[in-house]
Amino acid sequence: MNVRGKVIKYGDNIDTDVIIPARYLNTSDPAELAKHCMEDLDKDFVNKVQPGDIVVAGKNFGCGSSREHAPIALKASGVSCVIADTFARIFYRNSINIGLPIVECPEAANDIEDGDEVWVDFDTGTIVNHTKGSTYKAAPFPDFLQELISSGGLIEYVKKQAQGGAL
Amino acid sequence: MGMTMTQKILAEHAGLESVKAGQLIKVKVDMVLGNDITTPVAVKEFEKIGAGKVFDVNKIAIVPDHFTPNKDIKSAEQVKMIREFSKKMGIVNFFEVGQMGVEHALLPEKGLVVAGDVVIGADSHTCTYGALGAFSTGVGSTDMAAAMATGETWFKVPEAIKFVLEGKPGKWVSGKDIILHIIGKIGVDGALYKSMEFTGEGLNYLSMDDRFAIANMAIEAGAKNGIFEVDEKTLDYIAEHSNKPYKIFKADEDAEYVEVYKIDLSTLRPTVAFPHLPENTRSIDEVGDIKIHQVVIGSCTNGRIEDLRIAAEVLKGKKVHPDVRCIIIPATQKIWKQAMNEGLFDIFIDAGAAVSTPTCGPCLGGHMGILAEGERAVATTNRNFVGRMGHPRSEVYLASPAVAAASAIAGKIASPE
Repeated sequence: MNVRGKVIKYGDNIDTDVIIPARYLNTSDPAELAKHCMEDLDKDFVNKVQPGDIVVAGKNFGCGSSREHAPIALKASGVSCVIADTFARIFYRNSINIGLPIVECPEAANDIEDGDEVWVDFDTGTIVNHTKGSTYKAAPFPDFLQELISSGGLIEYVKKQAQGGAL
Repeated sequence: MGMTMTQKILAEHAGLESVKAGQLIKVKVDMVLGNDITTPVAVKEFEKIGAGKVFDVNKIAIVPDHFTPNKDIKSAEQVKMIREFSKKMGIVNFFEVGQMGVEHALLPEKGLVVAGDVVIGADSHTCTYGALGAFSTGVGSTDMAAAMATGETWFKVPEAIKFVLEGKPGKWVSGKDIILHIIGKIGVDGALYKSMEFTGEGLNYLSMDDRFAIANMAIEAGAKNGIFEVDEKTLDYIAEHSNKPYKIFKADEDAEYVEVYKIDLSTLRPTVAFPHLPENTRSIDEVGDIKIHQVVIGSCTNGRIEDLRIAAEVLKGKKVHPDVRCIIIPATQKIWKQAMNEGLFDIFIDAGAAVSTPTCGPCLGGHMGILAEGERAVATTNRNFVGRMGHPRSEVYLASPAVAAASAIAGKIASPE
């Protein structure tokens, strides 16, 4: 699987409270959440984000609350992938579980700039920056996580196990 | 190779002799937790699995605490949905308004978590139960849903950082000051993906409420979990609150730590985290002149009885500054009643503070004390991110209950000394 899109870039420690403020958590409707995505950090995000866009950020992306509403809001906004130097661990799990592709790649996170056109291949971990003509390489996911992702997320994986009589 | 406390608990729950850092394992869980924000999403995902029933009606706890007593129609609908789900599934530990409390104060108090347990919760501060010598960590709603169906979850075995606490802290230095000091030192991603293991003779001077506050904020350093070595105080607490069997796991002598920090508690000062990250810490001696508009004393970090007692000690016979709203939120019904019976409410109300029913409320900018543009609060809560307590241009300063109470009186960030 691969995606291509324009980059929207943010800094370090982007927390889930700015990805989706708690005042909007009285609903879990993805479209409703998307209307307020990144609101407290970047009011313009909802206007400028286009389907397929890629969010690139620094260290500890998604730190703070465990709210799954954060990756849900990004996904429902049309974001096709998040590339970061590092991810906070709950956000990392949540993204895999709900099927928001994420890639941990310090080199790419550092080099890619706002507005760059970037292509990401998840199978090989290859990231190509078409604007700069650079290529970066992320470590592929461990086998188990690849199995989770290729099953279509955690729920599909558990369902598959249940059908196999494991539940 | 030896194992850390966390690794030993995980190995046992995975049915393995031993595990090592980096290994992906499947573990059995002793408790699965959710709140009124995360459980609705989990219920939708659970229904997709088609399991029909939960793995164990006694090992799931659902605590509507964030927007309760419900602040609006949408949040009331969310609680209604999870209430009906709990009834339908026969979930024993659903805590209604009137019995509920802030989840991470409530579960230990109800004896639902003991030493040696593996607990996952769809709330990032689930790491609080490390104070009891349990492995506990926050996950999202989908992980909660899968665990409700299967009783299992997957983990990558974490590396660990050891914190050796030494010496006796001063009178006004609490668990909150210790963890803020540590986060200031290692940063908000200083323990990313790792365990924080707390040990050392300094533990002798830390009450269970201090330890809950410390373990609670392990997530604020990015940690997977924070965990304390079990001692007499832990065992006394468990004996008083629970009938569940427990198991003590001690780190091996040759357990591997990626880093070891020695922290002399006697040298620490009351500590405040400035906006907008918990790592922006300053000692109380360096805070300068910061005028404030609100004080919040409560939350899963600092809404326990000792927190209220020390706030009362500071507020006794004093008045809250006329420019400040001081909101005090006992974390559970039991703590509320205890505080009332000890006369703490007389002190708070005479001082001009408001006392609320248990709720997470203002901590996450939900309700019961939202900040307007340009306002500043000193809060005993755990996060001071942009917009956390209200307007994106409001500010939250994190501090201990003693500093918060002293600040309420002074109208600016102040020392209780």
